[in-house]
Amino acid sequence: MTEQITSFTDRPSTGEREALIRAPVWLRKLALRFLVPVIFLIAWQAVTALAPTPSLPSPREVVDSWLVWIFGPRLQLQWYSGTWIEYVLLSLRRVLAGFAIAATAGVTFGLVLGWYALIHDLFDGVINFLRAIPTTAWVPFAVFFFGIHETAAIFLIAFGSFFPIVINVAGAARQTPRTLVRAALMLGTKPRNIIWRVVLRAALPAIFTSLRLGLGLAWVLVIVSEMLAVQGGLGYALWSAYQFNRLDLIVAAIVSVGCLGLASDKFLELLSMHALKWQRGLTGR
Amino acid sequence: MTENRIVCRNLTKIFHGIHAKQDVVACEDISIEIQPGEFVTVIGPSGCGKTSLLYMIAGFEQKTSGMILVDGKSVQSPGPDRAVVFQEFALFPWLTLRQNIEFGPRERGIQNDVMREHVNSMLRTVGLTAAESRYPHELSAGMRQRAALARVLVNEPKILLMDEPFAALDAQTRSTLQAELGRLAKLLNLTILFITHSVEEAVLLGDRVLAMSARPGRIIEDLAINLPRPRDPTSPAFNEYRRHVDLLLEQATRTAADTETTAN
Repeated sequence: MTEQITSFTDRPSTGEREALIRAPVWLRKLALRFLVPVIFLIAWQAVTALAPTPSLPSPREVVDSWLVWIFGPRLQLQWYSGTWIEYVLLSLRRVLAGFAIAATAGVTFGLVLGWYALIHDLFDGVINFLRAIPTTAWVPFAVFFFGIHETAAIFLIAFGSFFPIVINVAGAARQTPRTLVRAALMLGTKPRNIIWRVVLRAALPAIFTSLRLGLGLAWVLVIVSEMLAVQGGLGYALWSAYQFNRLDLIVAAIVSVGCLGLASDKFLELLSMHALKWQRGLTGR
Repeated sequence: MTENRIVCRNLTKIFHGIHAKQDVVACEDISIEIQPGEFVTVIGPSGCGKTSLLYMIAGFEQKTSGMILVDGKSVQSPGPDRAVVFQEFALFPWLTLRQNIEFGPRERGIQNDVMREHVNSMLRTVGLTAAESRYPHELSAGMRQRAALARVLVNEPKILLMDEPFAALDAQTRSTLQAELGRLAKLLNLTILFITHSVEEAVLLGDRVLAMSARPGRIIEDLAINLPRPRDPTSPAFNEYRRHVDLLLEQATRTAADTETTAN
């Protein structure tokens, strides 16, 4: 809408001129986005330069250790050299496997739970009880049951992120507008197909919100399970760095997790923008 | 049996509350006969159960007692033979206008090329060909209601059930759509049950006007409108009918107010 209006009023004679007019706008936005982090980094560097303490590394030191972690030679007994890519891939793989299970099961079961009153009455109590247990409380159980093994981590991630997904999807399915269900029925949809033709579609915005919640939780749980239950990965690096008193590596690992979390969330956001393009202009600003 | 398209006999609908005291009688002892090709409008004070009546015929609500026959068969569930047009349009917001119209034919397993032809001609009939790839929220209210009409007419229903379809439209759009509906009804020989709260609309469109009392809803008058079409809402004869229905409704509402006072 806004685009239409501006293009109408500006009426740029050539595409080149349009680019000239528009470039500063996105540049300004980009600059604003990075302004706060840059100020923070400068302040951090200044503090460590003016009052150096052994306990707080400077940004420079963090970057140096990080580079060694990424590009350094692989050495026995030195986990912090050259292992970054391997650890990132390990964590990523666990998150993807666990989240894929949680998303598939959570969306399917959520729709059924929200739509069919009988299923809801049967399972609602159990789900609410299981949800009340913090996922971290399952760590000893998972390690006992699966051992120090990938399955333990994937179980924790899948199990933990299943609940926000299933609860949100069920809630949305229950709120499917009744007129839309009736409209589909009178147009000839069979009652047993309503869940796919109407309920799933109407719940789609909530499904994407719940997936983003679940993915956030999957990253929390991968770190927890790597600290406690499995070898390798960014959570393992975090805990080892703590044991070696390496705050520089702790910071590098934290920033790594942040970047991965942000990137995976962005990916889901793009996917949802594509799937919900019918909503554009309908919600928000 | 008879050649009636829709028959309701001693139809009663009670919404049960938690206690027997909270039971609400929406319609009571309603008997109607509607012939093929007839345009029947239903009017009554708000909350008189006109929508319940329509939803029972559509198969959305179960009747408490009585009988509903459509072409001699008892109504059990909704189906494409009884098209419904809702006040709030009820287009699927995730489908484009064309996909909304294609929804019915797809569900009934119509072949793709046949369907495309039907949909194209329906888009032309309602004048929405240019907007076919837009989503419902990108359309004006008038266009949305046109699309809702096209979406059901493409199924070639014999019966059209309309629940205050033009109530959310501005006066200009409403009168255009009223004229279009009148034309389509005769062209396609549709049997229409049309609910409205506007007396003018009821008299303008209906071959018959059914006036309902306040809750519990009963039919208090079945009035044939013997005016040639297209009707002129400013003519003396039209106003005569209008005054008559107005008076009926006023009585119905007054009775409702009395009952409420007694109840309190």
